[in-house]
Amino acid sequence: MKPRKDLLDIESLSVEEIEHVLAQSRPFKDLIRRSVKKVPPLRGRHVLTLFYEPSTRTRSSFEIAAKRLSADVTNFTVSTSSVVKGETIIDTIETLQAMQVDYIIVRHGSSGVPNLIARHSSASVINAGDGNHAHPTQGLLDAFTMKEVCGDFAGRRVVIVGDVLHSRVARSTSTILRKLGAKVGFFGPGPLIPDDRHADIVTFKTFDEVFDWQPEVIYLLRIQMERQKDQYFPSLHEYHRLYGVTGERLKTIRQRGIYIMHPGPVNRGVELVDDVMTYEKTLINQQVENGIAARMAVLHWLQPGTVMREMD
Amino acid sequence: METQGQQLLGAREIDNRVHRMAFQIQENHPRTPFVLVGIFKRGVPLAKRLAKVLEMERPDVKCGAIDITLYRDDPGNVSAADVMEVAEMPLDIDGSVVVLVDDVLFTGRTVRAAIDALMDFGRPAKIELACLVDRGHRELPIQPNYCGLVRHTGPGEYLRVVLREEDGQDGLYLVKSKTDPVTPA
Repeated sequence: MKPRKDLLDIESLSVEEIEHVLAQSRPFKDLIRRSVKKVPPLRGRHVLTLFYEPSTRTRSSFEIAAKRLSADVTNFTVSTSSVVKGETIIDTIETLQAMQVDYIIVRHGSSGVPNLIARHSSASVINAGDGNHAHPTQGLLDAFTMKEVCGDFAGRRVVIVGDVLHSRVARSTSTILRKLGAKVGFFGPGPLIPDDRHADIVTFKTFDEVFDWQPEVIYLLRIQMERQKDQYFPSLHEYHRLYGVTGERLKTIRQRGIYIMHPGPVNRGVELVDDVMTYEKTLINQQVENGIAARMAVLHWLQPGTVMREMD
Repeated sequence: METQGQQLLGAREIDNRVHRMAFQIQENHPRTPFVLVGIFKRGVPLAKRLAKVLEMERPDVKCGAIDITLYRDDPGNVSAADVMEVAEMPLDIDGSVVVLVDDVLFTGRTVRAAIDALMDFGRPAKIELACLVDRGHRELPIQPNYCGLVRHTGPGEYLRVVLREEDGQDGLYLVKSKTDPVTPA
């Protein structure tokens, strides 16, 4: 396995690398149970979070992960930075390069910005979500969470429900699960299911068809209210009725022991009813906890300054 | 048994030395409880063997395992393929005597890292060190409390411990390079 500088997407990772990060996430998760949660491997290293889109959870998760590895963390947020003063991304990168940070964690509304930064910086760049493109640490934490409950991936069935088209979570999570040998299905309003999906991805017309496929996991995507300016479905009520986990569907899910995952934050009454949050096979909180472990594993694994560059 | 390198200890002798160390530990702590903590990789089966020797007299002895990857003083040399193991630590080591167990004691840097790692699990009353073989060349002020064999190595000499739990057979070999394989018969 070659040293890797950046984590930009799931596509460019080998199965060996994915399995390495998943295996390493486990001991990092165990640290949480200890009285001293901090370990020293990134002592003296500097992590910068660069978020061009608002996010509290992902940024905090990265920040906690970095701090538990003893790194110093600086948060660079758009509203307080010179981006609002008109600085270009390249100029920002030059500035960051001069600050000699070791890791840059980027979220941006446009696809490809993390790749651009990675090409111009010797720091390790971790993509924390770029446009509709990728959210690789989410993919890794989802795979880690599934591995904990299912053990292996071969032949496991996962249905991703919701706005697959605009979801970088769906893209990264479906890619990683397929690479690991799981079978993936998409279910959602017609216009929100991408046409250019891989041929082995199954699609469904109704929730009953989803149940007939006998999935182990139903992965609910968040309906992004802020991206719903163009109407892809008539109303939230309608969405809930057709694609949400209703009380009636929860009965079937409970009966069959299907796991529920969701990247958070959830819209109660849209993707799922309240009762799902207390359903014993809901993995949503476990995903949050595993997010820290997976991100620690990623930070520990990447090697800043190594020569291998990602060329698109 | 066909192996590259000179055999310094065979299975029987390793067994004897493990027994001797176990009884020395027991003699030092006749009444106080203690915890045996193996350092990955081959310290872990050794710790279990020590506990097994004492199981009749000291059924209260607990075993643990720690991985020092995150505590190394040369993090740059940790290759991406170095896989961390899951630490197994008896729930509470606060106030107890901990005996660290490793196969080969060399520079002392691994033990330094293990002590740091241990401190993050709690505050032991005392930490001791048991090693199967001491090959000398310390770079830190660390000495073993219990030692199976002292064999200081010269230039171009390396020690290789193989244990049946990890390698299918027991033995201590003097080899000429770090990577020399020790092939089972």
